[in-house]
Amino acid sequence: MADNKGILVVGEIAEGKLAPITAEALGAGRRLADELKEELSCILIGDKVGDAAKAAVAAGADKVYTTEDAALKDYENDAYMQVAEKAAKDLAPRIILLGQTSMGRDLAPRLAFRLGVSAVMDCLELAIDGATKQLLCTRPVYGGNAKATFSSEALPQIATVRQKAMSPLAPDAGRQGQIAAFPVAIDAGKVRAKVLETVKEEVAGVKLEDAGAVVAGGRGMGGPEPFTKELAELAKILKGAVGASRPPCDNKWVPDTIQIGLTGKIIAPELYIAVALSGSSQHMSGCSGSKCIVAINKDPEANIFKEARVGVVGDWKVILPAFTQRIKELTQ
Amino acid sequence: MNMIVCCKQVLDPEAAPATFKLDAANNRMVQPPEVKPVINPYDEQAVEAALRIKDTDKAAHKVTVITLGNNLIRDVVKKPLSMGADELILLEDAAFEGGDGFAVASALAAAIKKVGQFDLIFCGRQESEWDDGQVGSGIAEILGVPSVTVAKKVEVAGGQVKVERVTADGFQKLEASMPCLITVSNELGEARYATLKGIMAASKKQPIVWKPADIGLDKVGAAARKTKVVKLFQPVKEGKCEIISDDDLKVAAGKLADKLREYKVI
Ligand SMILES: Cc1cc2nc3c(=O)[nH]c(=O)nc-3n(C[C@H](O)[C@H](O)[C@H](O)COP(=O)(O)OP(=O)(O)OC[C@H]3O[C@@H](n4cnc5c(N)ncnc54)[C@H](O)[C@@H]3O)c2cc1C
Ligand SMILES: Nc1ncnc2c1ncn2[C@@H]1O[C@H](COP(=O)(O)O)[C@@H](O)[C@H]1O
Repeated sequence: MADNKGILVVGEIAEGKLAPITAEALGAGRRLADELKEELSCILIGDKVGDAAKAAVAAGADKVYTTEDAALKDYENDAYMQVAEKAAKDLAPRIILLGQTSMGRDLAPRLAFRLGVSAVMDCLELAIDGATKQLLCTRPVYGGNAKATFSSEALPQIATVRQKAMSPLAPDAGRQGQIAAFPVAIDAGKVRAKVLETVKEEVAGVKLEDAGAVVAGGRGMGGPEPFTKELAELAKILKGAVGASRPPCDNKWVPDTIQIGLTGKIIAPELYIAVALSGSSQHMSGCSGSKCIVAINKDPEANIFKEARVGVVGDWKVILPAFTQRIKELTQ
Repeated sequence: MNMIVCCKQVLDPEAAPATFKLDAANNRMVQPPEVKPVINPYDEQAVEAALRIKDTDKAAHKVTVITLGNNLIRDVVKKPLSMGADELILLEDAAFEGGDGFAVASALAAAIKKVGQFDLIFCGRQESEWDDGQVGSGIAEILGVPSVTVAKKVEVAGGQVKVERVTADGFQKLEASMPCLITVSNELGEARYATLKGIMAASKKQPIVWKPADIGLDKVGAAARKTKVVKLFQPVKEGKCEIISDDDLKVAAGKLADKLREYKVI
């Protein structure tokens, strides 16, 4: 595939709009495309693409391809693979970028193996090697205890990008770009897994991903109650959201959807208050982009004190009520 | 039914971050000898998913575990046997070292082909060293079977496998034809403990060991990579946390709030 050219972002649509992760991937893709002096395109797949195509142009795409089919309403690997494989072969990009999301985690490796290459997952940085034009992908490994930079000679080079790791361009409604249908006849006979039902377990209140302040509890909270009482009260005063490390989710104290970390949500709020969690590397992978990390933990040796800007050593049961009270006074 | 579970021996991901040291010469991380390797936690849960199906009819279902690596510690890799798996195959050879997702999936797929009979293949959603999350999908692609990733529930009914797949805001219920490959996430629930009886039985069981030639591959491990590690490094952490203290913890708590106002984050 020596003639492969350009960058293709396999985009996502969330609630009828271009997903933030796709704008981030387009932002990264734009910079790479400019460096290569090649084109940046985006393919949007779903039952209806709607205005997301225009938003993709505003976010940096030169060309947007849309594949609409009732069979593509919910993400399912065999169906989406038919589109992704055809796009990879017909459009022959040099680089294919996806988000490290439910879809990207599932689609990128399968697409890579079908094309006889290997994907680089969950990238924090992407760059072009000037001499070889190869994509250099830097990603966390060993649970975030190290980082590695990968390259690959084989084309296309496929990578997924971590949420909130790359900056989107400021949307420019005046940008010019082409929007074209990319029709794919979905062969239902080749779809071996069927989506029976999609269940949303969203938590009421401010969305964790959008919250400016997040109050997160760990195993040391001891049970479900503090999450709906002490932590929720503090989150409410800060107009923020409650999050958790993995053990509270595994123990069913809180819904799985509020897990923060490598395999949970990736967030970057202004303020992250970590209560009774040790700050494992896997947990920090999900929140190390926070502007200000605050630690409350009874163990002075806990790793969270290596990650935080400020903290108090002690029992949260004593600290949290007084802390919340003072925050209330200061913010009212 | 024949079920296959792929389990990797990994450095202990739950050990303190400070135990992870860079072995730059070999492009990998190492831990001091007192930190024992473990089975990748998600892979234990993949074993659990298979055993839950086996529990429904012990005589009718067989669980075979495959582990690829070199210098595998018997006590560690036998854990799935002590949990209740039936068979252990080790792809063990120095040549298997240094592979990427492509190399590992190719070797595991070749081994599964050699096993021959399979209805379900289980993997972890990712292993805790390279955190790649690629090998499961890769095996499925090579074997030409469907894959459902990041499962929290797996059941078999009417010749189909029913899977609940975790998504960012909830889950999807899917139904797939078999054979099928499934990758398992922690939402499945805790893996069972090994029983004393299980440990005894496992200690007597000899794993089957296959070399690259046994699975018909001449290129494995580092030689079969598609991607190159340009560099592996440990970012330095500044780690200058300001600890607020006071004889009275409640006063310290109040001062912490004042600090946040000073930083203008509240
Ligand atoms: C591949 C992989 C992926 C993972 N992904 C994630 C992920 O996405 N997110 C995640 O969070 N984890 C993840 N983990 C798990 C991770 O390794 C840790 O096990 C987990 O983050 C620990 O959670 P914790 O800090 O709440 O618990 P612990 O490490 O047990 O820490 C509890 C802390 O609470 C403190 N404490 C206890 N009681 C009190 C008290 N009364 N007052 C104050 N402090 C108290 C203790 O001092 C301790 O520091 C993953 C693991 C692996 C292997
Ligand atoms: N060396 C190995 N031996 C056995 N199984 C493995 C090995 N490497 C990866 N796997 C399986 O593939 C899954 C995903 O691995 P990875 O793509 O490397 O994150 C793991 O959770 C295991 O189930």
